[in-house]
Amino acid sequence: MSEVTEVRLPGVGVRHEYTTSAGDRVGVLTHRSGHREVLLYDRDDPDRCRAVLHLDPEEAYTLAELLGGAQVSEAAASVQRIEGLAIDWLTVRSGSSLVGSTIAEARLGSRTGASIVAVVRGDTTLASPGPEHRLQAGDVAVAVGTAEGLSHLRELLGT
Amino acid sequence: MTVVAAPGGDVTLVFIEFGAVALALALLARLAGRLGIPAIPFYLLGGLAVGRGGLVPLAVSAELIALAAEIGVLLLLLILGLEYTADELRAGLRRGAVPGAVDAVVNFLPGFGAGLLLGWGVAAAVLLGGVCWVSSSGVVAKVLQDLDRMGNRETPAVLNLLVLEDLAMAVFLPVVAALVAGRAPLATVVTVAVACAAVLLILVVALRWGGRLSAALATGSDESLLLALFGLTLLVGGLAQRVQVSAAIGAFLVGLALSGPAQARAGALVSPLRDLFAATFFLFFSFQVEPRSLLAVLLPAGALAAVTAVGKVVSGWVAARRMGVGPAGALRAGTVLIARGEFSIVIASLGAATADGTELGAFAAAYVLLTAVAGPLAARFADSARQPTGATLLLSRKRLPGS
Repeated sequence: MSEVTEVRLPGVGVRHEYTTSAGDRVGVLTHRSGHREVLLYDRDDPDRCRAVLHLDPEEAYTLAELLGGAQVSEAAASVQRIEGLAIDWLTVRSGSSLVGSTIAEARLGSRTGASIVAVVRGDTTLASPGPEHRLQAGDVAVAVGTAEGLSHLRELLGT
Repeated sequence: MTVVAAPGGDVTLVFIEFGAVALALALLARLAGRLGIPAIPFYLLGGLAVGRGGLVPLAVSAELIALAAEIGVLLLLLILGLEYTADELRAGLRRGAVPGAVDAVVNFLPGFGAGLLLGWGVAAAVLLGGVCWVSSSGVVAKVLQDLDRMGNRETPAVLNLLVLEDLAMAVFLPVVAALVAGRAPLATVVTVAVACAAVLLILVVALRWGGRLSAALATGSDESLLLALFGLTLLVGGLAQRVQVSAAIGAFLVGLALSGPAQARAGALVSPLRDLFAATFFLFFSFQVEPRSLLAVLLPAGALAAVTAVGKVVSGWVAARRMGVGPAGALRAGTVLIARGEFSIVIASLGAATADGTELGAFAAAYVLLTAVAGPLAARFADSARQPTGATLLLSRKRLPGS
């Protein structure tokens, strides 16, 4: 698949587009309001759209799900709208002191102020892992917290 | 018990008059929606009908409408500022300098020249130049939406041009406000310098500490946010006016300063207020124009509209071609920019006090009426004409062998 390009539209939002292997130019325009436009460009006049599909945030979510979009990233996007709260994907490095310890033992909440809300190991995603969950090198921890808390956690995980 | 006393009039009569006017505006807005053209020309026509020499001149509520109109300008500009983030402004300035300059030259100069040809003073001529220069962000955005062009390749070029025009106004308005004051040349230079320094100061403060202001505002309830915004806009607007920067620019900069969640909420909260007061502003503007004087300038205004329509096509073309858009797209970018609206009326209303103010008002009203109706129509035409120019034909022929 060809590269996805990003274009900013002042006052409106942002547009991403790419070309399919069949030669169609496809784009998604994300309005600030969360509304989306799915765009299909015209082959004769590549600057205009042959078809435009208007979706409200819920409809866009449904379409993304039908297309097999990751639910975690959608949930993350809604978390990011809360002021002061950040989310990050952190890989547990083999050199980290936390490898082999459970989430409870690591006492992440009190040490960093950030908490791990999901762990991605290989192809499986474990949402809200319990305190007994043991971290392994190579795990990707989805963590939520303040910016400082997250950077502290990032150091602990050796990322 | 009378809580509010109308200035020199009967409160009930003011209510009845203002209520009837608001209802008439509602009908006009509906009609405009039906016809698929912007409401501004209809509001202007409504103002002509109830103004001096109109069909049903208003008796007592003019003062209330005048105050509401002033607030309308501030809210109009506040919302305009809210549309953009600081990053977008910086990016626009970096990439759009050349098309922005072309846009200014090919649209401002014809207006300025026309003002001088009509025998007006320099200040009024500069104002007319400004009226011709700025496209209506409101009308353009609506047309782009209606014609499903938001995703088109030429649209970023159009939007960047609008950003630049609005930003240019932050300097232009204070300068003409000083010119209009009509003092001795040296005093004017000093006023302009003070005004520019003030704009720069507010702009720096807005971009530097806007984030903190937004964070502080974002935590409160909707009610407190609305009140804080309204207060801040009026306060900064009033202070800006004090140092000869137009109040409108003060409000614009308040809008620019807000970012993040506060920006989104503010936009949603203030928009209904803006609709109410801005409609009053357009009404009040043409309220002061005599229908007969408007008819008298219709011909020259039409000629100027035609010349500056070509000007907009040129600036849109240049902006779009620089972004690698094809001829058909460049023509779409140009035609969609033809519509003038809110900013042109704001600029013309600055000159109400000058010697040529009445004529300028009538001219601007006629000019905006023509372009705001012709602009969207031209945009639609450019959409339906698939191969509108020889250049496009040439291009499509070139492509044939490969396809």
